[in-house]
Formats: sequence, structure tokens, C-alpha cells
Amino acid sequence: MEENLQPAAAALAERFSAQVREFRGDTTLTLASESIVAACRALRDEYGFDMLSDETAVDYWPQQEPRFHVVYQVRSIQNNLLLSLRVPVSGMNPSVPTIEGIYPNANWHERELWDMFGIRFEGHSDMRRILMPYDWEGHPLRKDFPLGYEEVAFTFNAEEIDQTKPYARE
Amino acid sequence: MTMQTENEVALDELRHLISERAITGETMLLNMGPQHPSTHGVLRLLLELDGEVVVNCIPDIGFLHTGIEKNMEAKTYEKAAVMTDRLDYLNTIGNNLAYCLAIEKLADLDVPPRAQAIRVLLTELQRISSHLVWLGTHALDLAAMSVFLYCFREREMLLDIHEMVSGQRMMTTYFRPGGLWRDVPVEFEDAVRHFLRIFPERIDEYESLLTKNPIFMERTRKIGVLSGEEALRWGLTGPPLRASGVAHDLRKARPYSGYEQYDFDVPIHTDGDTYARYVVRIEEMHQSLRIVQQALDTLPYGPVRSSNRKFVPPPRAELGTSMEAVIHHFKLWTEGFDLPKGAVYMPVESPRGELGVYLESDGGPKPYRVHWRTPSFVNLQALPLLAKGHLVADLVALIGTIDVVLGDVDR
Repeated sequence: MEENLQPAAAALAERFSAQVREFRGDTTLTLASESIVAACRALRDEYGFDMLSDETAVDYWPQQEPRFHVVYQVRSIQNNLLLSLRVPVSGMNPSVPTIEGIYPNANWHERELWDMFGIRFEGHSDMRRILMPYDWEGHPLRKDFPLGYEEVAFTFNAEEIDQTKPYARE
Repeated sequence: MTMQTENEVALDELRHLISERAITGETMLLNMGPQHPSTHGVLRLLLELDGEVVVNCIPDIGFLHTGIEKNMEAKTYEKAAVMTDRLDYLNTIGNNLAYCLAIEKLADLDVPPRAQAIRVLLTELQRISSHLVWLGTHALDLAAMSVFLYCFREREMLLDIHEMVSGQRMMTTYFRPGGLWRDVPVEFEDAVRHFLRIFPERIDEYESLLTKNPIFMERTRKIGVLSGEEALRWGLTGPPLRASGVAHDLRKARPYSGYEQYDFDVPIHTDGDTYARYVVRIEEMHQSLRIVQQALDTLPYGPVRSSNRKFVPPPRAELGTSMEAVIHHFKLWTEGFDLPKGAVYMPVESPRGELGVYLESDGGPKPYRVHWRTPSFVNLQALPLLAKGHLVADLVALIGTIDVVLGDVDR
């Protein structure tokens, strides 16, 4: 582990009973979803992690429960540190508190996670789909969402294909 | 009351993003894009306007969503590399680099020094070519048409170099896990030296058209001012962050691919406005030239692919004499290689900012999850912040100054 990362990681691990894991030079803290907001606040205010670099998720269906892990990458520009946080989320009605209040740029990342994984972020100011069409059904990056295939529309089959679209059922 | 019109129903979802005055009709809602020449792709902006002043700006993205992250999960690591070019189509080589570095980090795979140097060299040339497209289109948006033509003239030289090394002008997929596709041809050095010789003058030429141009300055000075703290809060990286006075460059902060060997500066500016971002990017082109010059002068000889046969196929010549080589060749081109179980995050400095690849492997030959933290996606999020209170005409300058590539935003 990088020397400067040690105090922050150790302190957080103790305060939020998080597990510390190191792999290929990356340090990851796994913590409960209830403590993510407090952990981010502590990282920003006490340890100088001034930027949220990335927020994403992984789906472990069907082999693991909790099904999702939300993965945060927080960065300290002044101390040149990068720390990754992981929050396991159950597949039943998945939801995590938003960290938008601490890092405003989490807004779009969390919208993307809602769109792609169906993970809701409590307290989020704008929980709409971001990449998929607003009437899309399902969450594409889930492992139980098929990769799919869409037939190419020509004049002779365009109407037929149109019938299979979600809007045709209305 | 009459029945709600279709428009009003669609607005219900956006009520919390627009002001009360839009409901009463005091301000006007206007759609900009997705087919609009100055949105640099298919970006749609819903604007709330008070006369000509932007009150609210709501970006709507996803028109270029291609599901690359999902598609990659169904391909082997080597095959998925082809898709990385299609993300940010102005920084194709940089995307290859980020992806290959992530695989190499996860596999703990060595890359020969010659391959590393060529990677740096080409990535820097790509940075210049990306900045040229930015400069040309940005100037075009601000009605300086000739700059656009000059920039694309020089970009063509860089695309020729791409074609020379990889056979492709844009979608090169030249970097492969463990090294390069093949070594550069002999005429490569001359072509790069020729570019190095003429390009500094060409930058001066662009600058003579813009830097002291009163119209350009009028259009960019004090437009979209962003303080350093705000830039950090919104996670901005790359030139927008550096133009706000924060000297953060991943090439310096966390060097990869041997960047620590090269001597270059990280240009910063403290004004944080559109003009400052222009100055920073122009200076970055000079710095990239310095890196290219050093990389070319000190280019080591040797192999360009790792000798680790578990990840990199053997050279063709070995297949006739070695049984192991045949087995490796067969295994790698049918199954692909397995990566150890685990997850890594690999950030690199793209022309637009921090390009991060989150790569997770379950021990098999296909990525379990690939996530692209793309700089355009994060930087675009700050557009409403920049645009508020400016004129619609300035909004065009602001979209240009963030330098978004919609393929990079929507993935």
C-alpha cells in the first residue's frame, strides 16, 4: 500500500468496520451501504480526497448475494492518492444512499447506475434514465439482461419490427 | 382547464430542473440539438431562456449509446480491444492504451521498452491530432473558418502516420495486450521527424489567427469561468481543470508506460475561462511535441511484444519449428487468455482528461465487467454550471471549450 494512503485507509477501516484489500497496487475498502455517505464525508473533509473519479457497479448474479457491488474511486489531488470503495447491495429492491451531496459529479454516475443496473440512490435529486430511452424496459448491464439482437429494418419488414417495440403495445 | 398537451406531460418529468417562470411562460424552453452542428455530435440540450440568456441548461445524452460495456463482456480480451477505438473516436490510440494497460496491470504482464516508447510517441501524436480537431471546430463555432482548414491539413499528416503503422487512419487497434500489433515500418521515423520539423511553425500560424484576435478574445474571455475548487467538486479533469489553476496531470502524478523518463511541463492557467482553456491546450501541443521528440531520439531497439506466451501469441516463424508455439497459437486464437480473478482501475491522461478503465475478471477468458470512466461524460456534466447566465451564442463556445466527444460520453 502506498505510504500516504495508510492512515486514511486504516482509520476508515476501523471507524466503519470496513475490510481493506490490496490487489495490484490498488487499495479497496469494502463497507456497508449505510456508512458510505459518512465515509465519503470523512475522506473529503479529513483526508483531502477532493475528487470523485469514478462510480460504477458490478453485477454478480447468480453466483453471489448481495448481488451488486457499487464501486467508487476517490482521488486526492493534493496528496496524489487513489482509493477505491466497494459497497455490496442486495438484489432485492437495490438501493444505496446518494453521495451527490459530497461529490456533486456523482449525479450522472448514479443516474447511469440506475439506468444500467436498476440500483436506486436514496436522496438523489434527479433519478431519471440517462443513456437509454426514457421508455426502455429493464436494465441492460445486469447479467440476466440478454445481449440481444435487433433485426435490421428494411422496407419489407419495417412494420413487423415496429410491432415488437415497447411503444407499439400502448 | 383544458387537457394537458403532450408537451406538458413530457415536461412533468423535468419540473424539478426548470424554474417556475418556465411554467408560466415567462421564460422560453428551447431544444438545441441533437442535430445541431455546434454540439459536436448528437448532444441535445434543453434550454430555458430568458430572452437570449440561458437560465437553465439540461443536457440530454445517450443518442450515441452503443452498449460497448455490455458487448465487451461477450468478447475475449483481445477481441474486445477493437471496440475501444469506437469510444472516443478522436483518441483511438489513447483508448487502446488505457485498455491494454488495464489488462497488463491485472495480468502483471511486462511490456518491452521499445513498445512502451512507441506507445508514448503515438499517444502524444494522437493528443496533438485530437487537439487539432478541437481547435478547428472550436474556432469554426466562433466563426473563424480558416483555422479549421489549417488544423485538418495537419491532422491529415497524423492520420497518415496512423495508416502507416496500423493500416487504418482512425480505428487503429494498434496497441495489443503485451505490446504492439507489430513494429513500426522504416519510413515511420522520417514521417515523424518531418512532422516535428514543420509543426511548431504551424502552431504559431494558428496562434497568429486567434491568440490576439479581438473577436476571438471577446468571445472567449470571461466566458464560462470556473474556479479550481468548483472544477474539483465537479470532477473535471484534463485541460478544463488545468485552466482553473490545478496542476494535475496523470502523466506526471501517476506515470504509466514510461512517462517518467520524459521531460515535459504541465501547462496551467489561472483564469479558468474559455480563453484560458484555449491557451492551455495550445501549450499542451508544444509539450506533446517535446515528448515525441525525446521518445523518437531515445527509441530503444528490441522486441515490441511481450515474450510471455500465455498472453501474447508467438511469432509466425516459430510455428514451423516449435510444438509449444503451435499450442499457444491455437489456444490464444480460439479461447483467448485467462486473466487472474480480481479488479483493477487504470486511469490515464487522455486529451480530454482522466480516462479510467475499471476491469474486473472472474478468471475466465472474457472480461466480467469493463467500465469506462470517460472524461467527456464527467466534464459535460459541468456544462449547465458554465452556461448559466450566458448568452446562447456563448453556449456554443462553452460546448466547444469542454471538448466533448459524444462517442466518449455515451459509450
